[in-house]
Amino acid sequence: MRPIEYYEPPIPSKVNYINAQYGLKSWLLTKDHKRIALLYLGSITFFFFIGGIYALMIRLELLTPQGDFLQSATYNKVFTQHGIIMIFFFLIPSIPATLGNFLVPMMIGAKDLAFPRINLLSWYIYLLGGVITIYALLAGGVDTGWTFYTPFSTTFSNSYVVATGLGIFINGFSSILTGLNFIVTIHTMRAPGMTWFRLPLFIWSHYATSLIMILGTPVIAITVLLLAFERVARVGIFDPALGGDPILFQHLFWFYSHPAVYIMVLPSMGVVSELIANFSRKNIFGYSFVAFSSLAIAVFGFLVWGHHLFVTSQSVYAGMIFSFLSFAVAIPSAIKVFNWTATLYKSSISYDTPMLYGLGFIGLFTVGGMTGLFLASLAVDVHLSDTYFVVAHFHYIMVGGALMGYLGGLHYWWPKISGRMYPEGWGRFSALVIFVGFNLTFLPQFVAGYLGMPRRYHAYPPEFQVFNVLSTAGASILGFGMLIPAIYFVWSMRYGKRAEANPWHLPGLEWRTPSPPPTENFAVTPIVTWEAYEFAPPEETQVVGKFGPELEQI
Amino acid sequence: MQSWIPLVPDSASTLSWKVDALYFYLSGVTLFFSLLISAVLIFFVIRYRRRTPYEIPRPIAGSHKLETLWTIIPFVIAMTMFGWGAQVYFQQYKPPANAIEVYVVGKQWMWKLQHATGQREINQLHIPVGRKIKLIMTSEDVIHDFFVPAFRTKMDVVPGKYTTMWFEATTPGTYHLFCAEYCGMNHSGMTGSIIVMEPREFDNWLSGNAGSGTPASQGQQLFQSLGCASCHGQNGEGGRGPTLAGIYGQKTQLQTGESVSVDDSYVRESILNPQAKLVAGFGAIMPTFQGQVSEDQLLQLLAYIKSLAGGQTQAPATAGTPAATNARPAGSPTQNLK
Amino acid sequence: MADVINSHATTSEAHHHRALQHHFENMEQQREAGTLGMWVFLVTEIMFFGGMFLAYTLYRSKYPAAFASASNHLDITLGAVNTGVLILSSFTMAMSVYFTQVGKRRPQILCLVLTLVLGLTFLGIKGVEYHSKYVDHLIPGHLIPSSPFLENEAQAREHGLHLLEGASLKQVELFYWIYFAMTGMHALHMIIGAGLLTFLLIYSIKGRFDPEYHSPVEVIGLYWHFVDIVWIFLFPLLYLLGRHLEHGG
Repeated sequence: MRPIEYYEPPIPSKVNYINAQYGLKSWLLTKDHKRIALLYLGSITFFFFIGGIYALMIRLELLTPQGDFLQSATYNKVFTQHGIIMIFFFLIPSIPATLGNFLVPMMIGAKDLAFPRINLLSWYIYLLGGVITIYALLAGGVDTGWTFYTPFSTTFSNSYVVATGLGIFINGFSSILTGLNFIVTIHTMRAPGMTWFRLPLFIWSHYATSLIMILGTPVIAITVLLLAFERVARVGIFDPALGGDPILFQHLFWFYSHPAVYIMVLPSMGVVSELIANFSRKNIFGYSFVAFSSLAIAVFGFLVWGHHLFVTSQSVYAGMIFSFLSFAVAIPSAIKVFNWTATLYKSSISYDTPMLYGLGFIGLFTVGGMTGLFLASLAVDVHLSDTYFVVAHFHYIMVGGALMGYLGGLHYWWPKISGRMYPEGWGRFSALVIFVGFNLTFLPQFVAGYLGMPRRYHAYPPEFQVFNVLSTAGASILGFGMLIPAIYFVWSMRYGKRAEANPWHLPGLEWRTPSPPPTENFAVTPIVTWEAYEFAPPEETQVVGKFGPELEQI
Repeated sequence: MQSWIPLVPDSASTLSWKVDALYFYLSGVTLFFSLLISAVLIFFVIRYRRRTPYEIPRPIAGSHKLETLWTIIPFVIAMTMFGWGAQVYFQQYKPPANAIEVYVVGKQWMWKLQHATGQREINQLHIPVGRKIKLIMTSEDVIHDFFVPAFRTKMDVVPGKYTTMWFEATTPGTYHLFCAEYCGMNHSGMTGSIIVMEPREFDNWLSGNAGSGTPASQGQQLFQSLGCASCHGQNGEGGRGPTLAGIYGQKTQLQTGESVSVDDSYVRESILNPQAKLVAGFGAIMPTFQGQVSEDQLLQLLAYIKSLAGGQTQAPATAGTPAATNARPAGSPTQNLK
Repeated sequence: MADVINSHATTSEAHHHRALQHHFENMEQQREAGTLGMWVFLVTEIMFFGGMFLAYTLYRSKYPAAFASASNHLDITLGAVNTGVLILSSFTMAMSVYFTQVGKRRPQILCLVLTLVLGLTFLGIKGVEYHSKYVDHLIPGHLIPSSPFLENEAQAREHGLHLLEGASLKQVELFYWIYFAMTGMHALHMIIGAGLLTFLLIYSIKGRFDPEYHSPVEVIGLYWHFVDIVWIFLFPLLYLLGRHLEHGG
């Protein structure tokens, strides 16, 4: 039987991007996209742990109906900071800045991104924003909610709003520069033969994400800037006492923050496409539909921000338009889910850890996405707005969706990034623990939300306690589950089994260089003559099932 | 309420069951598709697990038929959800014409309510079963939200403007009132109760809690003490300032030529910022009262102006006993158009 | 077949231009990437300014009289001169790009110098305008503690600000808030542009650019044109409101 590696393996090399140069300066002043990806990996993991600690504090407080663990003012800061750190400093950069930075050039056959120095600059900008925000947290914190609604944030809050706003403002430029880099790279630096429709779907997702990054982020930048200036200069753009309009702030804020959630989930969907195809050894069913769905999500995502304002006295007609569009934006996501599922039909599925995360994503994203429909539906949203239902919904997408994709991608590409394998048994175990812990944490919150438990509540009526106890129990399991990969990834860098160039035996371009790759990725620019996810030429495919030799169309 | 774990809160308003019905539909569809996808995934994952290390399955490019199918069907289902939701929302949103008005002022961190008949309440609202209640709300400071889970309704309470919501209670009982927009330190403490009573009990409560006068009568006192009468006349008949009697609910022509509806917001704006929308034919001589009247007082002045229906004052009828108070004289049109 | 066919040089160039960065295959690709990059960046700038334009639009429709009063008080002469200066500078910038493309170094450097001078002229005139706002107590709030915003109508009249019917000082303050935010952000972009032009000038004098490698000039030219276009929108929206009212009645 012919082994499936029918292409020539790359020439192994002793020098790779990690050991090419030693010294702190070679890392801090690097132009290599792979090293920059690792710099990001370290920093976002740091912020993730800070955000996680805040989450733990929230769940500990909510074990009992009384506000007995933290003072009210402290609690308000804790949930605000949990949101700010997790959204701006973990989720938004996570996949694009780590996996995206590492893989985009490799997947298209390029030696680096279009603007390597801007790539490094984006990391330093991210750090600067992070440092300023950490300063604000340590100096006294911010308590406005991550949504900074006015006039509370402009006039009534006695916390470090301006400093935090400045940190977020600066961090936004990191996002913009990353998106700009990806767009230009994907347009101009594809290897010969790498046409748009031969691109891996990971690239399509990152392209769509980058569109949102460059179009949406400037709006939050100016919004936060106006907010900060108003707080300092006491002139009313958003404060009604000074003639301003607080709802204007909400419109400007959500104009970015809704597309932002697609920045968080689209890259993860790109990862999932890779996981499903590669671990079932089959091309993605309906490739072009998945590709166009990514673009559709990016475009439609800009049209639905008003669904965050249904109960703000927004006009009922505006409400209807936004509700309709919010349902429309769900359709491309549904198309993707169906296509991923169809890919598995008559495929060859392995149960490696990355695949487990990919499957977990599909299930959890389906629940998260469909609960979004509850919130798109006007009448039900009136009841559910600002309750724990909303909290559960977005955590299903952010954690059950985005984080699962991130972890799956990390595991999948870990051999390429580090040259080592993670321990597979522990990988599967922690995936399972995370899945169970996650569902236990957030499923009860749907029920609590419909029953009326409002969000951002420090103390609550006793009838909600049972759901909160379940949720906290789940959170501790989830936290434990996430510690395990943190440990074994670090462990594997020293003691993990050395990985070969293509440990999973896959056709993607990134697997055709050594693991870890040399600094210039490819010794010579590849010429691409194959389709995406082409596991074997059709005439050599071993038949799994009872069909004829031609490509099958159902 | 602790003995078994319920999935929905008490149903206490005419719209609660409608929202619940839609919720159950959404839950059913969600459950169906989640279970379907999960079941198919698990089935495929077991049935098509890798059996030999080197096998490669036959590639399948796709199917336009399937793509169309699973685009159209979800879209149609989504549209049913949209349509149903929009239809119920329209009912939730539009306050009916003959509702009893209650004025609400939210502030950090309490609710101040005043019935049209004058009773004041803090963090509580007594209402009768079977009557439509309309809340006219504003905030003194930051954005709050008046949320009654049992009625399945909420509305933001925004400083600088009036927002309204309405409901009709169906079942006596005491129900949670929550603030549902984060408003600072004691946001979770800004809670209260809606106490729904049988009509007879409600009347007893009303008479036992005779307030310091109806908002309209308090507004009348303010009208005098703030000097409004000197330009607008003792009973709003006009003079150096425009006539106010009967003006509420009508349209009036501005100096710029456009005509505006004299609604709650216009009245409030005219008191706080008189130059903004000057009535045609009058000079810009009205001083602003910004900073001199509180939100409560603004609501009382509003109530007074509303009551100036062609010169007759009227107090809204209480539940079940229209003969006991000043009922609307037969034949006179109600001015409460909004 | 699915082989990785190892390719040798994909272009026929035997040498590389000294300015070719090693991750690009050839100068053509590098130029294309640089230009696309600048266009994408300019799109983000449009979104950035767009938020402020939105705030302007909303508050202008809400407070038309105040906006007209405040706008009348701005110095239309200085504003018009600045507009002319910037349009001229865009012309000299475009000429500089042209001369670089055809390899005429002297005219290219001259045009760059002119552009820079015109840009600095713009900033100078802006500084004069800002100073007169400071003198007239038109800087919003207490941003400048020694010169708080106008407090009452009498003081406004003293400083030549005539309030139209229906305008209030608070609304006028809002106009100036938006005025400073937008022109200030614009001026910041001009200062950055001036810095970029200085770099260009230094490299041009050193002879770094030639017909094959002039992408930085082109790309910074794009940026400069964008900054010009923003001003062309700002000028009428801020300076030309209600002028017909002032003279007509």
